[in-house]
Amino acid sequence: MKWRRSFPLHLLVLPSVLFVLIFQYIPMGGIVIAFQDYKPWLGIRHSAWVGWENFEYIFTYPDSKQVIVNTLIIAFFKIVAGMIVPFTFALLLNEIRLVIFKRSVQTLVYLPHFLSWVILGGILTDILSINNGLVNQFVSWLGFEQIPFLQDGSWFRFTVILSDIWKEFGFSTIIYLAALTAINPSLYEAAETDGAGRWKQTIHITIPSILPIAALVGTLALGNILNAGFDQIMNLYNPLVYNKGDIIDTFVYRQGILGSQFSFSTAFGLFKSVISMTLIVVFYRLAYKYANYRLF
Amino acid sequence: MRRSFSYRVFSVANHLFLVLISLLCILPLLHILAVSLSSKAAATANIVKFWPVELTFDAYRLTIENSFFIGSLWNSIERTVLGTLISMVLCITAAYALSKENRVFPGRTFYSWFFIFTMLFSAGLIPSYLVVTNLGIKNTIWALVLPGAVSVYNMVLMLNFFRGIPKDLEEAAFMDGAGHFVTLWKVYLPLSMPSVATLSLFSMVGNWNAWFDGLIYLNNAQDYPLATLLQQLTAGIDMSTSSAVNADALKNIAQRTVKAAQIFLSMIPILIVYPFLQRYFVQGMTLGSVKE
Repeated sequence: MKWRRSFPLHLLVLPSVLFVLIFQYIPMGGIVIAFQDYKPWLGIRHSAWVGWENFEYIFTYPDSKQVIVNTLIIAFFKIVAGMIVPFTFALLLNEIRLVIFKRSVQTLVYLPHFLSWVILGGILTDILSINNGLVNQFVSWLGFEQIPFLQDGSWFRFTVILSDIWKEFGFSTIIYLAALTAINPSLYEAAETDGAGRWKQTIHITIPSILPIAALVGTLALGNILNAGFDQIMNLYNPLVYNKGDIIDTFVYRQGILGSQFSFSTAFGLFKSVISMTLIVVFYRLAYKYANYRLF
Repeated sequence: MRRSFSYRVFSVANHLFLVLISLLCILPLLHILAVSLSSKAAATANIVKFWPVELTFDAYRLTIENSFFIGSLWNSIERTVLGTLISMVLCITAAYALSKENRVFPGRTFYSWFFIFTMLFSAGLIPSYLVVTNLGIKNTIWALVLPGAVSVYNMVLMLNFFRGIPKDLEEAAFMDGAGHFVTLWKVYLPLSMPSVATLSLFSMVGNWNAWFDGLIYLNNAQDYPLATLLQQLTAGIDMSTSSAVNADALKNIAQRTVKAAQIFLSMIPILIVYPFLQRYFVQGMTLGSVKE
């Protein structure tokens, strides 16, 4: 009887379950090729088993070590700047009283979030061009030499971090703005009667009130320390900056799909997935424990 | 409220600063638009800033006449419509079932973890690629719309919204003899239109912007969606020269203006839905907090 009543519900989840099974869980079975010397014409069943060889290769191959370092550096600065900039911007926006001004600013700064890295990559390669691109014209006008934003490794990292902030900072302020509206106005009124100015109110009321949210966002973001932004790098990099700009995901793509080194790339991808999952679980539990955060 | 002198100075500086930041977000886009509307000579001489120099629509004419571009535009539309439709049906049906309590829907916890685990761990690029290849859907549109059709994140948002719908309505429907399917269709769906619209818009933007799947799953450039084509064009591999019709025309136009026109054209759909998106996304991001 009970089964008959819940049967339609099972039927309703079934399509999604099948999709996830085919496109998420079956590939997980394919992970075994990380422990093989997989040859497409032999298939999983007939390819030779090599144990941990592919993983050992990750740590002996100089390119892959460099790629891990690049990933960590780029992701780290993105996470740190990605916390500080939106937080500060939300505080500044909060001081604006004129609603139409505030709305206009929001409309403009949220926009880049919705444009893909393909579009933004095309725009950035144009305006950052070493041959008198718009930005370099400005740099010349200031009296400096033109900057190789996308041709020099160190500048490339800087460009990647800055352009990521440029794309996402606006959208990331939403969560802080939501937190700011939740602050009890009577706190400000009390501070006002005590003679605290706007600056003191910000230091003693506003910032402490949204700091927990900032800590939470930062904690959850740390789970992304191995995601340095595949789409972005793919649309900005070139062989000149592989040394400092190549990250795990772009490396796996080039070795695996373009170079057909299926087993090595799968092993590298698995290495990344396992660490990422561990970090996400750990940081989620921390957020759950200290901030009572939950997804559901 | 009284405001000190120093605060007023800060306030003026703050307004100016925010104007400057807003400009920084929009000026690169304006520059591309200006380049796309300028003449070849002006574009190569780098004298175009934020306003077209020697206004011409040549770059747009050439882009629209390019059969590659039009073909990919059509591929993109097809993929966006199909992809959004499939993922919304999957999202709504699964979210409805999962929004029920364990008592009503035994197995709910199992299903939830089944989905959530995929948010934590993924097999990675190569195994997914091999599965799609072995399914034989490579070089078809299905390789683009099926693998990412289930968005667990959207499912969570949707199910939280469904939970906010008063139980009395559902009970009244059951009383009248309606089953789960009818209740979902006649009661839940009409009440959830704003959420469905929000998630559909996000899904559309995601599909429109997706380019990587096209690159790895399609061998034939003629099947590319616009985003993939554009990625290949801006990444330096120029396919428009391979078509004989355009070889002559290309001589007359700076490559840069054509690229700019293509970039701007592929941005237009996003710019059109942006006002609607903006109205909904704040709501959408707090969707999860709507609880009974």
